[in-house]
Amino acid sequence: MLLAILVLHAAAALLAPALVRRIGNNALYVLALVPAATFTWALVRRPPVAETYPWVPHLGMDLALRLGTLSWLMLLIVSGIGAVVLAYCARYFPDGDPSLGRFAGVFLGFAAAMTGLVIADDLLLLYVFWELTTVFSYLLIGHRGEHAAGRRAAMQALVVTTAGGLAMLVGFVMLGHGAGTYRWSDIVAGPLPAGSATAAVLILAGALSKSAIFPFSFWLPAAMAAPTPASAYLHAASMVKAGVFLLGLLGPLLALTEPWRPVALVAGAVTLLLGGWTAMRQHDLKLLLAYGTVSQLGLLTIALGAAGRAAALAGAALLLAHALFKAALFLVVGVVDRLTGTRDLRELSGLGRRMPVLAAVAALAVASMVGVPPLAGFVGKETLFAAFEHDPLVLSALAAGSALTVAYGLRFLWGAFARKPGVQAQSPPRAGFAFLAPAALLALTGLAAGIGASWLDGVLTPYADLFPGPTGDHLALWHGFNLPLLLSGVVLAVGGALFALKRWPARRLPAAEAVYQRLMAALDRAAVEVTGATQRGSLPFSLGVILLVLVLLGASTLLLTGPWETGVRLWDTPLQLVAGVVVAAAALIAARSRRRLTAMILVGVCGYGVAVLFVLHGAPDLALTQFLVETVTIVMFVLVLRRLPVRFSARPLLASRVIRSTLAVATGLVAAGMAYVAVGGRIAVPISGDFAEPAVSYGGGHNIVNVALVDIRAWDTMGEISVLVVAATGVASLIFRRTGALQRRRAERGTTQVQPEPGPWLRAGDNPEAGRQSIILQVVARLLFHTIVLFSVYLLFSGHNAPGGGFAGGLVAGLALTTRYLAGGRRELNAAAPVDAGLVLGAGLLTAVGTGAAALLAGGQVLQSALLDVHLPVLGHIHFATSVFFDIGVYLIVVALVLEILRSLGAELDRQHDVAAREAKRAIERQKEPV
Amino acid sequence: MTPNLVYVVVIGVLFAAGVSMVLERSLTRVLMGMILLGNGVNLLILLGGKAGSPPIVGSSPQEEMADPLPQIMILTAIVITLGMTAFLLALAYRSWALSGHDEVQDDVEDRRIMQLAERDEGSGIDDTEDAR
Repeated sequence: MLLAILVLHAAAALLAPALVRRIGNNALYVLALVPAATFTWALVRRPPVAETYPWVPHLGMDLALRLGTLSWLMLLIVSGIGAVVLAYCARYFPDGDPSLGRFAGVFLGFAAAMTGLVIADDLLLLYVFWELTTVFSYLLIGHRGEHAAGRRAAMQALVVTTAGGLAMLVGFVMLGHGAGTYRWSDIVAGPLPAGSATAAVLILAGALSKSAIFPFSFWLPAAMAAPTPASAYLHAASMVKAGVFLLGLLGPLLALTEPWRPVALVAGAVTLLLGGWTAMRQHDLKLLLAYGTVSQLGLLTIALGAAGRAAALAGAALLLAHALFKAALFLVVGVVDRLTGTRDLRELSGLGRRMPVLAAVAALAVASMVGVPPLAGFVGKETLFAAFEHDPLVLSALAAGSALTVAYGLRFLWGAFARKPGVQAQSPPRAGFAFLAPAALLALTGLAAGIGASWLDGVLTPYADLFPGPTGDHLALWHGFNLPLLLSGVVLAVGGALFALKRWPARRLPAAEAVYQRLMAALDRAAVEVTGATQRGSLPFSLGVILLVLVLLGASTLLLTGPWETGVRLWDTPLQLVAGVVVAAAALIAARSRRRLTAMILVGVCGYGVAVLFVLHGAPDLALTQFLVETVTIVMFVLVLRRLPVRFSARPLLASRVIRSTLAVATGLVAAGMAYVAVGGRIAVPISGDFAEPAVSYGGGHNIVNVALVDIRAWDTMGEISVLVVAATGVASLIFRRTGALQRRRAERGTTQVQPEPGPWLRAGDNPEAGRQSIILQVVARLLFHTIVLFSVYLLFSGHNAPGGGFAGGLVAGLALTTRYLAGGRRELNAAAPVDAGLVLGAGLLTAVGTGAAALLAGGQVLQSALLDVHLPVLGHIHFATSVFFDIGVYLIVVALVLEILRSLGAELDRQHDVAAREAKRAIERQKEPV
Repeated sequence: MTPNLVYVVVIGVLFAAGVSMVLERSLTRVLMGMILLGNGVNLLILLGGKAGSPPIVGSSPQEEMADPLPQIMILTAIVITLGMTAFLLALAYRSWALSGHDEVQDDVEDRRIMQLAERDEGSGIDDTEDAR
């Protein structure tokens, strides 16, 4: 059932925007049914209730939900006030407010998180809900995102409570680690885990920041930028209560640690007095209530942090009383604000006579707040005084704080409703029943709770009994004449006098907020300095730093692990030396070359040399692919370089050249050193020793490399061909950039398709580039083309047993196309491949994926291959592996990649060049024409 | 295993040449540097496995075969390099067509932050103005 409540809330949150859009403000009444139903269920069902659902079993994390007495009380508060406030929202927001849908969704999302927070038994789960409430409150405070104040307040609340929350998480982890479980009901049953004192301090930091206790108080008044109903719910009734709730929940165990009580009492007392003091100085009714809330949270911290039986009982009663009266007061402010358009008590006058019902509701709520019998606030405060009867220090703080509460309570009533001389009395429109009823309901419930004190005593005692202390204290309206009663009387009198005595000057910005702002500014500055120092925005600089780290780490490791006792062999065959010298010489000259074409050709020589080194190491597949790739690369470079300047742009300055060369040499040395040491240090038996047998029996091929590519490492190959598809698409979209390029591309392709007659065998006749091309070359290319393509198909199919495969085959076919293009230009290319490269790419990917999916459908794993034997009429018996289809996909993609490169870097660049040349020629002719 | 000196030296030279080209600003030059570096890395991986005869079952006894695993990885790397080269070349051409050169420019945002740091200012992320 507890889980169902959570799910219901979450579902309502998701549906809320749509519902509001459909039926307008009344949707909120419907949505209020969700918390209302929760409230009813909780009222009927008494604790304890416990439910556990498996969630992340391998972390030992369950959805453990538990309803103890305190969480039951909180659940009642959260759901009951949630329902009332939602109903209030229906009238608070103007009809057709476009932001209401979002507000309702976030509000219910918050309610879900808050509900989860109070019923979570697992500490980590509790933390998750805790942070969710932070996130939702951020959204609610920043609801009016167009106002800078709202954004700043939202960010401030987020930063402060999240920082506290992180500290708390560490505390939770320490606690859970020490106890061996994160289930609170288990931890509390055992002894105090080791390291609890530190954990307690960290958890206190989280709880106090959430409840806006000194020194974290400043975020709460700023958070009043939220719409008033959100303030009523979050910053009076529910979220800020999460902190004191946590104190009350963990108190039975953690109060045994040294720091718990002193920290809670001191922070609570300071907050109580400071909040009350500041509230006296506010002109904005909402801010007055906000500082009053801060003050009352201090009171609750004292009560629930003291961890004594009587104090806990009083704390629980005050938790309820405060939620009722403070939410009611916020709703009253909302009504005043909505009807008069102001919350400034210097501008309000005569409202009491104009709206007597509202004034009565407010008076009832204030009476509960200041502790007038027979209201709930009185009952709680009375018991709290009794609990600290023998602690004069805390008692005097409580009394002083309560006197301030009386003073600002009266100030609130006076400010909102009294007639003030010299201020124009207002006559706003009357509030409707539906707008007033929520606040009245809450205030009256406060009265009922006070009168039913003995019932309250009965349901809350199980919680108080978790704490040590004499069992004599009870919640009651009448305890006889005693010190608490006397104190209550004195507090009321002094508070009244304080209010009457002096008109308080306005004051804002407690010191803590200034500290926060200075801290944030310092953080911002530090971030700018660090970013400015490390992110220089220069590619060579960033690369240089990375390489420097490689050199330093690599070199130090190499030097520290020496001496290396590996022998060395010069070479396996002298041919390696020849290839090695060629490669090294080509690389060094390429690095020094200033001409693009020279550098490119030398890099190509280098690549071919590496291919030879591959062969001499026993890797014919690699060598074949490297040869082909190198050839395609050279073609690509030539296609692009013919358009680029001959030389590289200006060289960097000498100093930076020296740095670069030094870094380059150092990297080379480290790389060579790593190669030497790593190879010499290898002792493990390679895993690939086991590849040979399965390659034949499962993969159905003798070429281990190829079988592995399409079988063992097929997923890897799948990723790789996807990269090729992306690269091909990227190349095309970078080159075909002008509008209409796509249509032109289609049209150009269409010329070969639409014409039913084949046209002349050679395209040179209708080719604008005819003058640049050799007819003989075209003829040879034509004659060779089909042979090369056939050879590529042979490579594709023979690859399973001999060097070759999809990659090599595809590259060979691509080179066949390249030959045609180089010989006859783009028309010849279109004649050779009258298809769109994108189509081939897609077909290839589809074939590859289809092979994988087919294996899945056939009952195997994705991309698993099977061996098939087929008997065909002419060809005879054929034995093949299904992975050959995968290889066909690879083949198609590689062909398409080369085709796309030729179309983009070749044909399209030709076309762009032709257009530019034509325009230049026309411009010259125009200049020659007589004017 | 005993390292083969020719390969070790070639790896070092390829790395050094590659790095010196990569550290410059011309994109085509950077690309050539990457190709050299890539060749060096491929050789480094290859050297991690045993040399021998081609890893084709039946063509020679298994003990004499070269280690196929590094070859499988390198094959993938070679083809990926082809795709990357094509893409970067297109990028270089585009850069040339748009700005008349193919140099990698400094990042404007980073420059802005450096200027802020020089003036000892914050980033001003703290909103102070209402959105209109």
